[in-house]
Amino acid sequence: MLQNLRRRLSATTVVMWIIGLLLLAMVFWGSFQTLVSGKYSGRVWLDLIVFGIAQGSVYALIALGYTMVYGILRMINFAHGEVFMSGAYMGYFVATALENRGTLDSNLLLSLVLIVLGAVVTSVTIAVLLERIAYRPLRRAPRLVPLITAIGASFFLQYTFRGFFGSGVKGYPEAEGLKGTITLFGLQLLKTQVLVIVAAIILLIALYTFVQRTKTGKAMRAVSEDKDAAALMGINVDRIIVTTFIVGGSLAGAAGVLYSMLFRQVYFLTGFIPGLKAFTAAVLGGIGNIAGATMGGLFLGVAESLFPNLVLDGLGIPAPYQLKDALAFLLLVLVLIFRPTGILGERLATKKA
Amino acid sequence: MTATTLSRTAEKETTLHWSRVVGTGLIGGVVAIYVGLVGMIEALAGRVVITGLLTTGQVILLGVYLLMSYQAAQKLTGADAKAGPLSVVAGALAGLIISIMLALLVVIGQQINLRAMFINASPRLWELLTLGRGVPTGLVLLMALGAVLGALAGGLALLPSRLRRAVSLGLVAVPIVSILNTALFAGRGVSALGALLIFAFFTAISYGWSSVGGQARERVAALPSGQQRLLKMIGWSAVALGALALPLLGPYPSEIIDTVGIYVLMGLGLNIVVGFAGLLDLGYVAFFALGAYTIGILTSPEITWLPLHLTWWEALPIAILVGVISGTLLGIPVLQMRGDYLAIVTLGFGEIIRLIFLSDWLKPLVGGSNGITRIPRAVPPPQGFSDQQVLWYIVLAGIVVAAYIATRLKYSRIGRNWMAMREDEDVAQAMGIDLVKTKLLAFATGAALSAVGGAIFATKLTSIYPHSFNLLVSINVLAVIIVGGMGSIPGVLVGALALVGLPELLREFAEYRLLVYGAVLVFMMLKRPEGLLPEARRKLELHEGEEV
Repeated sequence: MLQNLRRRLSATTVVMWIIGLLLLAMVFWGSFQTLVSGKYSGRVWLDLIVFGIAQGSVYALIALGYTMVYGILRMINFAHGEVFMSGAYMGYFVATALENRGTLDSNLLLSLVLIVLGAVVTSVTIAVLLERIAYRPLRRAPRLVPLITAIGASFFLQYTFRGFFGSGVKGYPEAEGLKGTITLFGLQLLKTQVLVIVAAIILLIALYTFVQRTKTGKAMRAVSEDKDAAALMGINVDRIIVTTFIVGGSLAGAAGVLYSMLFRQVYFLTGFIPGLKAFTAAVLGGIGNIAGATMGGLFLGVAESLFPNLVLDGLGIPAPYQLKDALAFLLLVLVLIFRPTGILGERLATKKA
Repeated sequence: MTATTLSRTAEKETTLHWSRVVGTGLIGGVVAIYVGLVGMIEALAGRVVITGLLTTGQVILLGVYLLMSYQAAQKLTGADAKAGPLSVVAGALAGLIISIMLALLVVIGQQINLRAMFINASPRLWELLTLGRGVPTGLVLLMALGAVLGALAGGLALLPSRLRRAVSLGLVAVPIVSILNTALFAGRGVSALGALLIFAFFTAISYGWSSVGGQARERVAALPSGQQRLLKMIGWSAVALGALALPLLGPYPSEIIDTVGIYVLMGLGLNIVVGFAGLLDLGYVAFFALGAYTIGILTSPEITWLPLHLTWWEALPIAILVGVISGTLLGIPVLQMRGDYLAIVTLGFGEIIRLIFLSDWLKPLVGGSNGITRIPRAVPPPQGFSDQQVLWYIVLAGIVVAAYIATRLKYSRIGRNWMAMREDEDVAQAMGIDLVKTKLLAFATGAALSAVGGAIFATKLTSIYPHSFNLLVSINVLAVIIVGGMGSIPGVLVGALALVGLPELLREFAEYRLLVYGAVLVFMMLKRPEGLLPEARRKLELHEGEEV
């Protein structure tokens, strides 16, 4: 019995599990301490959760881009964060132009449509150019090659935007109609957060319908299942790959606008951290899996918003919010170690292709 | 080639692709506009390359013209066929198109205020683009100049390949020599005559070498082995003497050389992880930071909770040990991960380490955002020398040891295991290679070298802040080894000189450094994934199946 167990567990696995259990114990101990101390009121927790959901739904939208490209090309589109950032930038320019004309305050709905349209068009253009110039020639190269290309493209885009538009942080204009709070189901919620959540839900439903119900969506699923077989069935694989980048890019562009509405600022590194977190979300949910990316995004958003106050505060760490990015990365590492399949996904992190 | 085949190819290749020429010209125009709007022309306009004639900003624009027109001239016919004098016309056409697009930008820029979006679309840029002559005259001049430059580049395509290579080398040499002159000897570029001489010198040398180089090499190969070894020894001693004499250039050049040296050291380490073992580690900066912080904590008199206050030399082995241990520890969880996941997870590790050093949580221990200062120098400099000059010898010693270790490992059993693992993990395992041990060894060795780099970095600056240890350091080192050639040891040197040395010399360029790194990474992967000085085996791997 003991021998059998020993054969199954190598030393590294045991060490990893001990570390994992310790971390879990720390999480429980920290939350317990915080809750017992009663430092934060229910109101604070509610705000944190709603903010977490809003931020998480943006992560989910970006994560979908990672997941779909990974599902089809088996590569991490490292520059996807920059596709998102470009949308946020264009949204800023359109929004400022509209604010100067007064349209932003007088006709909110039209302004929002124009802002999102501008952002989506920019993001899609950049995503498609990336695919055409940087990724397509490398489709049959060894796997490290496209990844390094993607990293290079990511930095190139970041510093191109810095060169074009300056290194300063640009403050997003705020529409009159979106200031203040709204009362829903007896809860006082910030209008922007509600708008972000609703918009994200609409986009997610639209995407789900597109992938599950349309012919192109079916072709996308076929290509991600088996590229060669799909080509034999008469599917134009190149076109499906471009479509994937277009869909991913438009979601990222919309996410760029929503993110900037939440945080009210944009600069050339805006895409980096959210991009990494969205990747984390995609991995959390199981990469290549659309429903998983959505769940992963929401989970990460809420976890990131709650954990610093809930766990780290209880452990007596000062200024815990400084460590929220570190927490997100730690979560990524832990998921990849203990459950590389993600919450819903198939096992891809180790082998396959 | 005989006369008959010549005429046959000429007949076969009568189709001229003018549309491709126009297309290349349009791409060139987009590139030129990009260079202008991203701000390079303005930022580098202050740095003179040829006195009274050319600034660095103009050199970049010139490069765009020459390269794109040359490409256009090449594209007029197929790959090998020559179009004859028509390629001059093609080059001129492409150059003209580039100029027209720039002129359009200027005209539009003067009608509409582009500056609301593009911060560099300023009157200064329009002035630079119209050569300071105002709109109608300047633009006509720009177009004429574009056509002439394009024609010259097209003419270059006509030259026999040996001469063409020599002329290109001469052209590249002029700005590099001029920049070196400005940065190291406080000159103001070179004079027009000087530029001509430099050009002629490098062209002649290159042409001469291409005609006699092969013979010389053959003659050396024919020498008895004792004499060959002697020649090699003479060569290496010259290199060694040159390296030892480098600090004599002065305190400021020494500082640059030290920085380049630290990157060479780290490049050699990352080369083991990425180049030999094929594990893409984007968190390499973590070990650099740990090395630097170990030195800081152990030596700085500011640290009161651990009052050891060792000297740098006493702390160095501990820093290396910390590197090895953390390399192994961070290696364990990622053992099972495949290439791209590994990259992201190690990136995450690097960020976690930096965020923890930055946080208030560990502020009492490592100083938070205030960092650690008053780190002692490793060696007190003798009279009349600066710290940076003396430091070079430590850097050099580190590089020599690292290069020795890397070379020995590469051709040892471990090195072969790494390369087998890089090519195919499953097959390697089936051949009896212990993947766990092999991977951890690669991580630990790489981490140790990175920690040494960090230790030297700490004493170089005598103060360390968490901000110095961001992801960009990892990307920087990665770019260095990719440009040089993954797995190639001399490649690291070349990569560091090109990517760290040149930007250090061109201070105004700092802002565009990462932009260029990104472009270089993409370009190298697309066009030359094996790097500038490729390792033979790697090249085979990357071009596998291309001939089939």
